[in-house]
Amino acid sequence: MISFEPTEDQQLVRDTVASFASNQIRPIARDADESGQIPDSVVQQAWELGLIQSAIPEEHGGYGGDRSAVTSALVCEELGYGDLSIAMHVLAPRLVTYPVLELGSDELRKEVLPDYCGEKFVPGTAAVMEPSMGFDLNDLQATATRSNGSYKLSGAKCYVPLGSEARHAVVYAREGDGTAAFVVKTDSPGFEVAEREKIMGLKGLATYEVMLNDCTVPASARLDGDLKPIFNRSRIALASLAVGVARAAFEYARDYAKDRKAFGVPIAQKQAIAFMLAEMAIEIDSTRLLTWEAAWKLDRGEDATREACLAKNYAAEMVLKVTDNAVQVLGGHGYIRDHMVELWLRNGRGFAMFEGLALA
Amino acid sequence: MIDFELSEDMRGMRDMINQVADQTMRPISRQFDEEEHTDPTEWQQMMWDVSKGASIFGGGPEKSDKKSSKEKKSLGTSKPSERNVGATVTIEELSWGDAGLYLSIPNAGLGGAAVMAAGTPDQKKRFMARFGEGDPKWAAMAITEPGFGSDSAAVATTAVRDGDQWVLNGTKIFCTSGQRALDKSEGFVVVWATVDKAAGRAGIKAFVVEHDTPGVTVTKVEDKLGIRCSDTAAIVLEDARIPLDNVLGDPEVLTASKKGFKGAMATFDATRPAVAASAIGIGRAAVDFVRDELVKAGVEIRYETPVMKQTAIERDFMDMEANLQAARLLTWRAAWMMDRGMQNNLEASMCKSKAGLAVTEVTQKAVEILGPLGYSRKLLLEKWMRDAKINDIFEGTQQINLMIVARRILDYSSSELN
Ligand SMILES: Cc1cc2nc3c(=O)[nH]c(=O)nc-3n(C[C@H](O)[C@H](O)[C@H](O)COP(=O)(O)OP(=O)(O)OC[C@H]3O[C@@H](n4cnc5c(N)ncnc54)[C@H](O)[C@@H]3O)c2cc1C
Ligand SMILES: Cc1cc2nc3c(=O)[nH]c(=O)nc-3n(C[C@H](O)[C@H](O)[C@H](O)COP(=O)(O)OP(=O)(O)OC[C@H]3O[C@@H](n4cnc5c(N)ncnc54)[C@H](O)[C@@H]3O)c2cc1C
Repeated sequence: MISFEPTEDQQLVRDTVASFASNQIRPIARDADESGQIPDSVVQQAWELGLIQSAIPEEHGGYGGDRSAVTSALVCEELGYGDLSIAMHVLAPRLVTYPVLELGSDELRKEVLPDYCGEKFVPGTAAVMEPSMGFDLNDLQATATRSNGSYKLSGAKCYVPLGSEARHAVVYAREGDGTAAFVVKTDSPGFEVAEREKIMGLKGLATYEVMLNDCTVPASARLDGDLKPIFNRSRIALASLAVGVARAAFEYARDYAKDRKAFGVPIAQKQAIAFMLAEMAIEIDSTRLLTWEAAWKLDRGEDATREACLAKNYAAEMVLKVTDNAVQVLGGHGYIRDHMVELWLRNGRGFAMFEGLALA
Repeated sequence: MIDFELSEDMRGMRDMINQVADQTMRPISRQFDEEEHTDPTEWQQMMWDVSKGASIFGGGPEKSDKKSSKEKKSLGTSKPSERNVGATVTIEELSWGDAGLYLSIPNAGLGGAAVMAAGTPDQKKRFMARFGEGDPKWAAMAITEPGFGSDSAAVATTAVRDGDQWVLNGTKIFCTSGQRALDKSEGFVVVWATVDKAAGRAGIKAFVVEHDTPGVTVTKVEDKLGIRCSDTAAIVLEDARIPLDNVLGDPEVLTASKKGFKGAMATFDATRPAVAASAIGIGRAAVDFVRDELVKAGVEIRYETPVMKQTAIERDFMDMEANLQAARLLTWRAAWMMDRGMQNNLEASMCKSKAGLAVTEVTQKAVEILGPLGYSRKLLLEKWMRDAKINDIFEGTQQINLMIVARRILDYSSSELN
């Protein structure tokens, strides 16, 4: 039966994350963007919320909760509302734990998961994207070749979050006609972390280029099973983060417009501004609902590829439009780094190409 | 729990109505577009026979009764109401069949919705009972006048009290089903008129004008771009006398308050999701058609393909699907809120704004994609494009709904933003 109301548990999780995002994340978002650093103390506080550990079974040291994709969507929206770089940083370990939980062998789960259940934040990552215009999850350039009971990984990866500090990276590569994923210890020979990326947005998040130079991993490192649900879950996480970013920009612009006077009245009383704000609100809600529906379908164990792709693509366009409008509402001031809107525009632009960069 | 699956009852109903739409509406769709101003009387009689008493669309007797759903909830007995979600599902299916025919179904329509939103219990009984018995009937609502449309506070039609009667004078235009309500059945029209021009909005009340009222004349039925089967009537009121208690609400309480206007405006919170649902039905017809043609032509939509590798068709088609679904979810949300007795003024305008525009664009794009097939009057796509456009105009134009959304999100009154 149709309902748009999260469960009480979900609301509790959402409220907790929302207050963390507003009180702890947002105030340091500008500094993180300017300095390229996220303070350890905030990362640690986020860790202590249990976002990563909660979904890991008790036998591996976690809290034994499971987390629905809908709950994750709620969490991601709030984190994204705080700050995208910080959100992706604190969620990065999930890039390892989620695929291992879903598709890892018992052996692999035993080996990897306890690492992510300690007192302190442990970075993990995924090497998904590739530095080419035609980057396609289902048609990767990096390759995995099997020989003598192990796999050799070769190719170039980019936008690897926390690449230099991560303990494990889930590496996605072409195997035969398809895509396969491997859990790689980042100190494996041939896993070479190159320079930190210099990119338009996401400047607080340390992302790296990674070269796979015949990086050899045991056959047991390969995740068995369908990667589609993982890709879809990532699309849902990204779409929800985009909703959060857009909502941040919308609220900022709305408040500014009520305050800023031109021609004797608040600019919000001019239809050119008021209608822009109304459309922003409608598009944010549209995207949120599309994303919830995709997440809901995933939670039912159905193939949500169509819904997740539509939601993610829609979100990528929406967040660009909304953040751009927010800059526009602020006029010249929107262009100045004293205000957050230009940061949200730079971050928002990324969603069209981000794939696999977040899981929640 | 967040849930996007219709209940089993609702799915059963949807499938049944889809059959009705497919088997009885599609076959006569083109005919009643080309033969404007004729009634599909047999089909109307059939729809009347199956739907009367359980009026499920457009504000029938059982619709959007906030109190009763609240009562139900507090008693904690039956499941929460799905009446309004059900109405959007029904309307989507019927409009998927044909939006012009859907608007021609004998029922209480907007007039009934106004009675249900603003009428007293006695008025509800007195005016609505007829929709469960006898011959097919219609009710309509007349707000728009030659001098205004969007600015509904500018009503120039007057109502003057004369003893135990009201005397109405003025001209109404664009009244959906006005002719069917007044000249073709024993129906009524809810007429908005002012009792005191100086009082502005506060002076505007809604009056039930019966079909047999002397001084009431249908002077014109419009020729239109689309929804041609629906009658869009001009009505002249010349010293039309109606009983005192035909003013919606309690006549004594009403005299010096804004309540009548507000009550009538509240109708829109229920009818905007209904219009959105109708839009979505038309949009879905177009999207379904395009999908089938693409399959026939061997064109596959690869949802996972990155932007750089997408074809123009893939991009357009995914856009159409996403926009349509976004509109549907916003509409379900607005209806779901009503079922829960929640205030949904913002959400009702959001869904109407989104659906009106999305479906206008979706159907226009569909004609483009199918080229000569899309433009041909042998097929229905060009009709759907013409039909769709009305949804961005009536029940508040795109701009008016954006303004309502803006007022809500900015917390502005109508004098601060207009
Ligand atoms: C990099 C940079 C360089 C600049 N260089 C110069 C310079 O050399 N010399 C100089 O004098 N100035 C300069 N400016 C200032 C620039 O011209 C102003 O920022 C611009 O005119 C907008 O004014 P504002 O920023 O005060 O925005 P506001 O006037 O506050 O406008 C805010 C928003 O409201 C909208 N708005 C305002 N009034 C209305 C209305 N009546 N109806 C509908 N919408 C309305 C605007 O379009 C905008 O979207 C510069 C600005 C920047 C960012
Ligand atoms: C087929 C059909 C059926 C209809 N059925 C009914 C019915 O049953 N009952 C009934 O009462 N009416 C009905 N209408 C009337 C309909 O509700 C009006 O046409 C509509 O409200 C717009 O009014 P208008 O046509 O006078 O346009 P106007 O109000 O003159 O608007 C013209 C343009 O200006 C814009 N505009 C107006 N005010 C503003 C503003 N403040 N800010 C920005 N833009 C603005 C509008 O959005 C529009 O684009 C029907 C109309 C049609 C075509």
